[in-house]
Amino acid sequence: MSELLTIDLEDLGLDRGATVLLDRALAALPAGDRLTVRGRHPDLTIQLRAWCRAEGHHLDADGVTVGRGDANAARWHDARRAPADGLAARADATWGLAARGALVESGGPTPRFDLDGRDLVWADVVPRLYAQAVASQWDPATAIDWEAGDPLDPELEAAVVQVMTYLVENETAALVVPARFLGRIHPYFQEVVQLLAVQVADEARHLEVFTRRARLHGSTLGVSGAGGRASLQTLLDEPDFALASFLLSVLGEGSFLNLLAFLDRHAPDPVTARVAHLALQDEARHVAYGVAHLEQHLAVDPDLRSRLRAAVHRRHDALAHTTGLNQQVFDALVVLAAGAWTPAAIGRGHALVATLQAEMDDGRRGRLARLGFTEREAADLSALHTRNFM
Amino acid sequence: MSAPLLMGAVAYDPKVVTIWEGFRDWLRGQDLDFDFVLYSNYERQVIDLVEGRLDAAWNSPLAWVRARRLAAARGVEVRALTMRDTDRDLTSAVITRTGGLTDVDALRGATVATGAIDSPQSTLLPLSHLRGLGLDPGRDFTVRRFDVGVGLHGDHIGGERDAARALIAGDVDAACVIDANLLTFAQEGTLPEGATRVLTHTAPFDHCNMTVRGDADALTRFGDALLAMSYGDPEVRPLLDLEGLHEWVEGRVDHYDALERAVDETGFYDAHGDVRAVDYRP
Repeated sequence: MSELLTIDLEDLGLDRGATVLLDRALAALPAGDRLTVRGRHPDLTIQLRAWCRAEGHHLDADGVTVGRGDANAARWHDARRAPADGLAARADATWGLAARGALVESGGPTPRFDLDGRDLVWADVVPRLYAQAVASQWDPATAIDWEAGDPLDPELEAAVVQVMTYLVENETAALVVPARFLGRIHPYFQEVVQLLAVQVADEARHLEVFTRRARLHGSTLGVSGAGGRASLQTLLDEPDFALASFLLSVLGEGSFLNLLAFLDRHAPDPVTARVAHLALQDEARHVAYGVAHLEQHLAVDPDLRSRLRAAVHRRHDALAHTTGLNQQVFDALVVLAAGAWTPAAIGRGHALVATLQAEMDDGRRGRLARLGFTEREAADLSALHTRNFM
Repeated sequence: MSAPLLMGAVAYDPKVVTIWEGFRDWLRGQDLDFDFVLYSNYERQVIDLVEGRLDAAWNSPLAWVRARRLAAARGVEVRALTMRDTDRDLTSAVITRTGGLTDVDALRGATVATGAIDSPQSTLLPLSHLRGLGLDPGRDFTVRRFDVGVGLHGDHIGGERDAARALIAGDVDAACVIDANLLTFAQEGTLPEGATRVLTHTAPFDHCNMTVRGDADALTRFGDALLAMSYGDPEVRPLLDLEGLHEWVEGRVDHYDALERAVDETGFYDAHGDVRAVDYRP
């Protein structure tokens, strides 16, 4: 029999933290070994009796000698750690909400996170993108000088307001789609969850600043066309993470990079230019994640490419009977870029919007090429992308 | 199809449903045809066990005493098949405010708070213990009973907590609580640090047991299955945690003598197991 250990609790009661000292002392003993407890608390023995019983330890008849029970060892005997160095290919449902690398007691709940495959959601760039995202957060109250610039001509202001109205609608879709998937991704892929959470927060700020710019001079908001909303609805209706990421981030937000750069460059007032500029930085990260995780996914599942192709065709067919981008938005972009109502200015604005559309097409084709589509396929698929841009 | 082994349990808390549904699933997984019925109080459960409507009853210690008496009076045999490891060697304490009563003898003329009329741990046993020390409850001191969950044989913690609160409020001079609740009340702050001390406590006694009637093979298999439940099994561990045990152990009945004595002293049940306690409305 090993040496009998002794612990002196002095005047500390088991109701005031002495159990922490007892646990520590007993943890060092093998099951069955005994610990003598000393102390001056008047209720020491009666407290020990209740505590030992509850913890599965044995209290000798002397009222102060505790034999270590094996309940705690039994509780943890089959506990496992989720791999923290080198991600597992599939996250186990039993890991649940536990921190990656924690020792997970068996027998807990098994929440359903159906996006539990590393290759479905992960990209090696994710931790870096998350760090960038956190470092790049901006405060709408201070990052934008809301007083800057003079009020615009009312008709030009109306064009800006129409574009902002359109942006709010589109950014709402860009918020809702990742938010829906966020709750389906296994928390084991912690950095992906973090990144998408920040992405949702990014979109929340975009909603705020576009709305605030629209209302800056007291205008009523512009129109919301049924065709545009139908286009966005197809994004909301897509249940497959890879396909939704492809349609939203790679093609939609990818096209928005050009649109926001266009607004940054051609906005008739500094506030519009600034909000577009700030949103552009965030959107670039969203696109980068979409492209990166799909690249990784395609590397292990090349058949995904045909499903991506089919998704574009399916969305195009679904929207074939709709108008896509409404005429008011297109015209507003022309007016905004023109900055004046002369035929020459309008002609220039129209040419700039045409150039924008060509740039969007170039960007989409480039990203499709990165995902392994041939030049011809990329051109065909880009051409089928929604006329609503997003 | 033969009838399943039927066990009764008292629904003193909603978790009882979770516990026994979970145990039922597990036991059926061990090829034991098992079912349970829930009772609102122990008295009806005990009668149904003795009269053969149940094969087993998850009994409080007081319910065991009554079952034993009823069964003996009718020539029926009941026995304690198993019990929880945590049902063995409990004690109850009579506590007072620090700086209040100096010793047990100072209880003369005082007021002592207890749990419900049918609580073994916070009424019957500690009052019997005081009686054994020469103090007659109701004559040498006043008993202030906190009748919460009458019929649940003290399973409801409310009566003891009210007794402890009355002590702290100065409404009574002493209170009777089981050792586990003494620790709980101190940890949760119902009894402030240093505010109370133990005046005296009972000898160790046993608590619940799985009382069974007869010796059917299914009862043997039931007992074996309970004893085989392992705290290392993640399927049953949450249920064992809820029910407050680490393992089932063999039933023993030699630690109920103090309660038998307390029942006789108060006339709570008569020798035939009939309820004689006045004011007892389960």
